[in-house]
Amino acid sequence: MAQSASPASGAPRLEGDRAALLREFWFYFSENRGAVIGLWIFLFVCAVAVLADVIAPHGPIEQYRDALLKPPFWMEGADPRFLLGTDAVGRDILSRLIHGSRYSLFVGCIVVSGALVVGVILGLIAGYVGGWLDSLIMRVMDIILAFPSLLLALVLVAILDPSLTNAMIAIAIVQQPHYVRLTRAAVLSERNRDYVIAAKVAGARAPRLMFNTILPNCLAPLIVQAALSFSSAILDAAALGFLGMGAQPPTPEWGTMLAEAREFILRAWWVVTMPGLAILITVLAINLMGDGLRDALDPKLKRS
Amino acid sequence: MLRFILIRLGLLVPTFIGITIAAFGFIRVLPGDPVVLMAGERGVSEERHAELMQQFGFDQPIWLQYLDFLRNVMSGDLGTSLVTKKPVLVEFMALFPATLELSLCAIIFAAILGIPAGIIAATRRGSWLDQSIMGTALIGYSMPIFWWGLLLIIFFSGMLQLTPVSGRISLMFFFPPVTGLMLVDSLLSGQKGAFASAVQHLILPTIVLGTIPLAVIARQTRSAMLEVLGEDYVRTARAKGLTPFRVIGLHALRNALIPVITTIGLQVGVLLGGAILTETIFSWPGIGKWMVDAIFRRDYPSVQGGLLLIALVVMFVNLVVDLLYGLINPKIRHVR
Amino acid sequence: MKHRLLGAVAAAAIAFGFAATAEAKTLVFCSEGSPEGFDSAPYTAGTTFDAAGQAIYSRLVEFENGTTKTIPGLAESWDVSDDGLEYTFNLRKGVKFHTTEYFTPTRDFNADDVLFSFERQWKKDHAWHEYTPGISWEYFNGMSMPDLLKDIVKVDDYTVKFVLNRPEAPMIANLAMDFASIVSKEYADQLEAAGTKEMLNQQPVGTGPFQFVAYQKDAVIRYKANPSFYKGKEKIDDLIFAITTDASVRQQKLAAGECHIMPYPNPADLASLKADPNLNVMEQEGLNVGYLAYNTTQAPFDNPKVRKALNMAINKQAILDAVFQGAGQPAKNPIPPTMWSYNNGIMDDPYNPGAAKNMLDEAGVKNLSMKIWAMPVSRPYNPNARRMAELIQADFKAVGVEAEIVSYEWAEYLDLSKAKDRDGAVLLGWTGDNGDPDNFLAVLLGCDAVGGANRAQWCNEEFNNLVQKAKVTNDIAERTKLYEEAQVVFKREAPWATIAHSVVFMPMSKKVKGYKMSPLGIHRFDGVDIEE
Repeated sequence: MAQSASPASGAPRLEGDRAALLREFWFYFSENRGAVIGLWIFLFVCAVAVLADVIAPHGPIEQYRDALLKPPFWMEGADPRFLLGTDAVGRDILSRLIHGSRYSLFVGCIVVSGALVVGVILGLIAGYVGGWLDSLIMRVMDIILAFPSLLLALVLVAILDPSLTNAMIAIAIVQQPHYVRLTRAAVLSERNRDYVIAAKVAGARAPRLMFNTILPNCLAPLIVQAALSFSSAILDAAALGFLGMGAQPPTPEWGTMLAEAREFILRAWWVVTMPGLAILITVLAINLMGDGLRDALDPKLKRS
Repeated sequence: MLRFILIRLGLLVPTFIGITIAAFGFIRVLPGDPVVLMAGERGVSEERHAELMQQFGFDQPIWLQYLDFLRNVMSGDLGTSLVTKKPVLVEFMALFPATLELSLCAIIFAAILGIPAGIIAATRRGSWLDQSIMGTALIGYSMPIFWWGLLLIIFFSGMLQLTPVSGRISLMFFFPPVTGLMLVDSLLSGQKGAFASAVQHLILPTIVLGTIPLAVIARQTRSAMLEVLGEDYVRTARAKGLTPFRVIGLHALRNALIPVITTIGLQVGVLLGGAILTETIFSWPGIGKWMVDAIFRRDYPSVQGGLLLIALVVMFVNLVVDLLYGLINPKIRHVR
Repeated sequence: MKHRLLGAVAAAAIAFGFAATAEAKTLVFCSEGSPEGFDSAPYTAGTTFDAAGQAIYSRLVEFENGTTKTIPGLAESWDVSDDGLEYTFNLRKGVKFHTTEYFTPTRDFNADDVLFSFERQWKKDHAWHEYTPGISWEYFNGMSMPDLLKDIVKVDDYTVKFVLNRPEAPMIANLAMDFASIVSKEYADQLEAAGTKEMLNQQPVGTGPFQFVAYQKDAVIRYKANPSFYKGKEKIDDLIFAITTDASVRQQKLAAGECHIMPYPNPADLASLKADPNLNVMEQEGLNVGYLAYNTTQAPFDNPKVRKALNMAINKQAILDAVFQGAGQPAKNPIPPTMWSYNNGIMDDPYNPGAAKNMLDEAGVKNLSMKIWAMPVSRPYNPNARRMAELIQADFKAVGVEAEIVSYEWAEYLDLSKAKDRDGAVLLGWTGDNGDPDNFLAVLLGCDAVGGANRAQWCNEEFNNLVQKAKVTNDIAERTKLYEEAQVVFKREAPWATIAHSVVFMPMSKKVKGYKMSPLGIHRFDGVDIEE
């Protein structure tokens, strides 16, 4: 996705370099054991999400009234039909977790792409156009950043009505100032570089300059930021679900599952433990990858 | 220096006005007629509805309402809660010490563990110790803290019965608040066991709220240390044959701490966000829980005032961090 | 653990003069929320009535503990004039207001306090009508007191006369409600002189069983027994409300012995609570009803036979299992069984989809499609309207009626569902205020309420006459008969599908003795003892 945006006319990179760059990137990335493990876990979660309908043993909202709060298979009193046990209304936890992976990945993708696109456009405009428009955009970003992001997301969801879609919108809004700042800083440092001036002299128009010339050269920090915000989007969506302001029951979203399970905290630990573990593992995998990406894309830091 | 402070303060003015517009605007677009919600199934007559709308000032044109709001804010009046009919500022101040106490404990906990962990990891770079510290830090950084809190409750309160389930101090202790900080007040009260009880109640919430800052601080300390350890003057110091302790303690740490302090300062927003979850889990009577309740109850003035005050706290802390930074490192004063 | 607690209680008691002996009996109630304030008249939430109205204050008339019957309180007796327009109350003598750190009364309770308590709510020019910004008297207005009252007269120091504009039998029950709590005029005067009127709401003074000691916002309220309570000092010495909003945390605290009694457990936890040998779980039907109101002005729902048929298509038991999870009871009447005049002789419409289908065919209804309105919020009488609507949708489908579920934001829902030309049947409910049947039957089904709280838009002359007649009759036996008859008419005409009354549970330590559940849903601790 990162490379597709750069048929860089006039940029100082040639087509042949791309493969070399990728090879270099992969070299550094694969050197980081954690990052590779993270990548595998992430791919596994993706596969689970895609194949959820096929591999889930039961429907995510199907209720087995004869099997309420059954423990996982290794415990006494377990029901062999339900590997990780059942919740209070007899739904299979494993199936709910499998289907829940879809929501988490979906949230991550939508939030990151939304925040990225809007943030990059605003950042490019602020950096390239400058002047009062720049001030205006940056002040608005300051205002968004002055509120704790979870609180702001909470209020936004309250305004929009609690649902998963609105939770995603709210999280995207609170995350995009980071992209704006990054892009703007990158644009400011690139704006007066020779290749940009050359393109300008050659008659390139502003949008073309911004998107085709400058943007590809500030991709590295954006990619790292995207990985970071992918994981924090999953965490925030789960937190909103936990507070009752995200996905609504009976959606098998992990945070919402946790919120529903709170009642059973002392009686049925698995109902509480499993969804949280799923969140933790997924987020951890993405963060591991994010660290790897950063090291690979920013060799200066790596070598220091 | 003065000039730097003035410029920094000047930048705050438009942000402050923006925040007031945001806090005010959010509330106006919240769906739901507050008067109808208050009346519930009973309903209100049209005259009564109009009367109440007028009493709350909701019948004015929007810009007039805003100007009123701004004027009141300037004179310290953030309105009256629709639920309790008490001034929002009074309500906020009654609960803020609880959040402050919890946040301070969390950040101290995070710094005390995080900085040494980061230093150890940096000095033993690449060792198993480094890897396990950084691995743990990354787990902490990825932690859904609301779940983490529940796990701790299951284990320490449920299974081991070591810590209390919720609250700030055992009900059996009772003394009038002086500072609002339970640790201080319990000592001032002179009652035997009160301080211990307050500490007991603080342990789990502190760990939960401190987890993410701890991870961030440990990671930041490590990378700052690594950067500094590579600098010439550290190498010189090493070459001069100074003990590693002196090198790290005197030369490297002092410089490495600057970005770490900034990091700590920037965690305030994260902490206040985390406080929402932590306070909800532990029934901690602070502003995070208060805000959540206010949002659910559509208590407009409380949400509005709370947003504004919290944003002010964040802005204030960021300002202090910036000024401190400028003080420690005069180079950046003009650049910013 | 226990010994340590007791020791600490003793230390605290001695340090703060709670009680003279070290054996102070303390009852801890894990309450479900913070009170809005400590003057109960301006507020509407049950948490406020528990913490202020019931604990601190008394009223002219009281509800007998555990029932909806009214008994004398601060008024020893009363007379009603033959035209039902004048209520004369003879006040109890020698009743003392609380002596606290912030107030020492110099006189006993008298007629001035009664006048003050009501006039501040009633008269817009009263100095205390808006004593803190934004305060309003919702219950006083909600119970139509401004229309009802013509005058309140102090006949002498111990006699007060309420003059009404029209006869209103529920008046006595209204005066037992929390908004009618009596506050001290002497204390108010003292605050007014000091310029701190708002303290009336923060440091309350009443004549009730407990007096206020301290409140730490959103955390703890402390009371001690009123030593000069007119019914005698309570058996417990100290009462503590430990505010714990989360039901599972409340339960953990109860299990850990950190509190003795708690309201509103999670339905899912009831089994384990009941199994705990140290706990006792009391239960009672709540004073509420959840219903589905048809729009009886629109075809084909203007035909009672169609409404009846649809009622017979609804599987209430399935709803109780799935929506209430056992914490509910099927409703056959529009009033709950804990209320006087509940007509237990009425037979509920049986669940019989086959018969329902035939009845629809007989009425000539084919291919009916309709809307079901589902509330967006959880209420005691309907914890999950969406799920309830889905179940009803499936039931209706079984008799060939297509239903579409619609929902709106709560305020909008309340507003739109009132419209006379509303399209569809509405899920809603009601929680009673004063235990008087009028509070259900006239408010929700009377002709005056059409276009308002009467969501069925149902104006039946026979029913309305019965209810109106009962409203102006003061004899309880007579009223009971009228209301029982009204319920028969209701069942015959079926403007609603009556769905359920919730069941309220109250888990408590076995040490707690003498607690009675109030059908009104309030939590009161007078008469409660704790065994050590």
